[in-house]
Amino acid sequence: MSAATLSASGNQNRWIGRVAIYGLLILFAILYLMPLFVMLVTSFKTMDEIQNGNMLSLPQAPTLDPWFKAWGETCVGLTCAGIKGYFWNSLKMVVPAVAISTILGALNGYVLTKWRFPGHTLVFGLMLFACFIPFQSVLLPMATILGSLGRFGMALQDQIGMTLGFGNPTVNLVIVHVIYGLGFTTLFFRNYYEAFPNELVRAAQVDGASFFQIFRRIMLPNSLPIIVVTVIYQFTNIWNDFLFASAYAGSGESMPMTVALNNVVNTSTGVVEYNVNMAAAMIAAMPTLLVYIVAGRYFVRGLMAGAVKG
Amino acid sequence: MSSVATTEPILTPAKSTPIRTRLQNALPQIVLAPSFAITLVFVYGFIAWTAYLSFTNSKTFPSYALTGTRAYERLWRWTFENDPPSSWYTSITNMGIFGVLYVGICLALGLFLAILMDQKIRGEGVLRPIFLYPLALSFIVTGVAWKWFLDPGLGLEQTLHHFGWTSFHFDWIKNKDYVIYTVVIAGVWQASGFVMAMFLAGLRGIDSEIMKAAQIDGATTGQLYRRIIIPLLRPVFLSAFIVLAHMAIKSYDLVVALTSGGPGGSAWLPSNFMYEYTFKRNEMAVGSASAIIMLMTISAIIVPYLYSELKEKAR
Repeated sequence: MSAATLSASGNQNRWIGRVAIYGLLILFAILYLMPLFVMLVTSFKTMDEIQNGNMLSLPQAPTLDPWFKAWGETCVGLTCAGIKGYFWNSLKMVVPAVAISTILGALNGYVLTKWRFPGHTLVFGLMLFACFIPFQSVLLPMATILGSLGRFGMALQDQIGMTLGFGNPTVNLVIVHVIYGLGFTTLFFRNYYEAFPNELVRAAQVDGASFFQIFRRIMLPNSLPIIVVTVIYQFTNIWNDFLFASAYAGSGESMPMTVALNNVVNTSTGVVEYNVNMAAAMIAAMPTLLVYIVAGRYFVRGLMAGAVKG
Repeated sequence: MSSVATTEPILTPAKSTPIRTRLQNALPQIVLAPSFAITLVFVYGFIAWTAYLSFTNSKTFPSYALTGTRAYERLWRWTFENDPPSSWYTSITNMGIFGVLYVGICLALGLFLAILMDQKIRGEGVLRPIFLYPLALSFIVTGVAWKWFLDPGLGLEQTLHHFGWTSFHFDWIKNKDYVIYTVVIAGVWQASGFVMAMFLAGLRGIDSEIMKAAQIDGATTGQLYRRIIIPLLRPVFLSAFIVLAHMAIKSYDLVVALTSGGPGGSAWLPSNFMYEYTFKRNEMAVGSASAIIMLMTISAIIVPYLYSELKEKAR
């Protein structure tokens, strides 16, 4: 066999290999996109078309009605005013919870790397382990505490005419998410600041900068990437949370989006409007999906940082 | 952790006596203290509280009179009650099936996709986000989508009937013996892209000299992966396993959204068991005991891992 034929057959093999690789990748890409695709096309179809058509086909007469109906009219439990209120509930919960836990995480990370004290590893280890606990193991005591906060709020209402937020389910969820998000935010900032040069901090200290001045003038301006990572991670996690939401705000006006969506889908009165359900699911998915599309790189980085602990 | 004591503070505070300076020197600890105190109370204190409740006779409301290990004894008895299966038996059997398949398939699929993605292909920037986006979605949304997709009257089955394959039958989601496998399908879809990203990062970190040397020695691609690359990825396997295992034990939302618990609670995992027994069936002590068992299981995986990681870092 001459060298020429050998390389020709080698080329052919390479070719087949390339085609197989691309074929498999495209096949998997289609499989991964399928549920989103089905959800999206279904949300633009009429009920007629859903019952008589194929779930993979594009809508024949695309309509935005299911989206409007999901937003403003569909029934969540017994109230039929759409999911818009619950969407805002989630937003009101997510923004403060993310902001507070991120700021605390940044400060903790700063102390744990640049102002170390004996036992800092133990402190960090204990906070880190909190990331992994099944929340079932704290669910009940937290419910008891939140119950007493609620009674305290009612007493305040009687005494001074306002609850000051005590017992408000959204406030409760903010508290819960800050507490159980601290481990993650501390982890992110600690690992990031670990690589931050100590010389800069020391130089600033020699120049007479205080603890907070160093944090504000030196650490924070250099923390943009990790702030983005942390905010995205916390935003996604808190927006998507269902366990805490259903345990502490599982019914009534103040349900977050995930609980409301689950109720919409499981409401069994009358005809099930699949197109409205899918539109509601899309609306619930929209914020995190948008964040992912805009800043996917940081999203993945956050997950990796969370995966490679310590 | 003996290594802790030897770690020196990076910035040694200057020794001085005035109260203001002393306060300033303690400032870092003062800043950290609230977070640490919160963790101690709301994580460890609450775990202790739950553990305490599991030794009481609490039903609808917490009762604080210790009554011994009754809750655990009941769970233990239920562990072997398989005809008809007790809810606990179903939950832990499902945990076994789900845990093994979810972790196993995610690792295998993630590695496979990562190897495909690592073949210097074009369009990686397009494919990566496609494999990863499910992770940005809530399990509730995922559940809604898959519930529809797997519904025999609406989704896949009906679609294939439309295409002419009328004998196709797929009703796992309504079948009490198979419903847990639909949870596996949706779970794998959600998490395998992330595992791929982890393996891909690992593959990119391997020194190309090693591969070149092996190729010069005449190793085939298969041998290269089996003998050299996959063994080098061992740390990634470990991290991915830890992440997946603890996600599997914590899974709760997906079962609720996808199956509403399945026919007769046949899709329950221990997390669902805990929630139902604590909040719906007024068996708070049993619910607490199951939560403690979940915590122990996760700790058995996580604690050694964290311990070794932190020790290594401290050195």
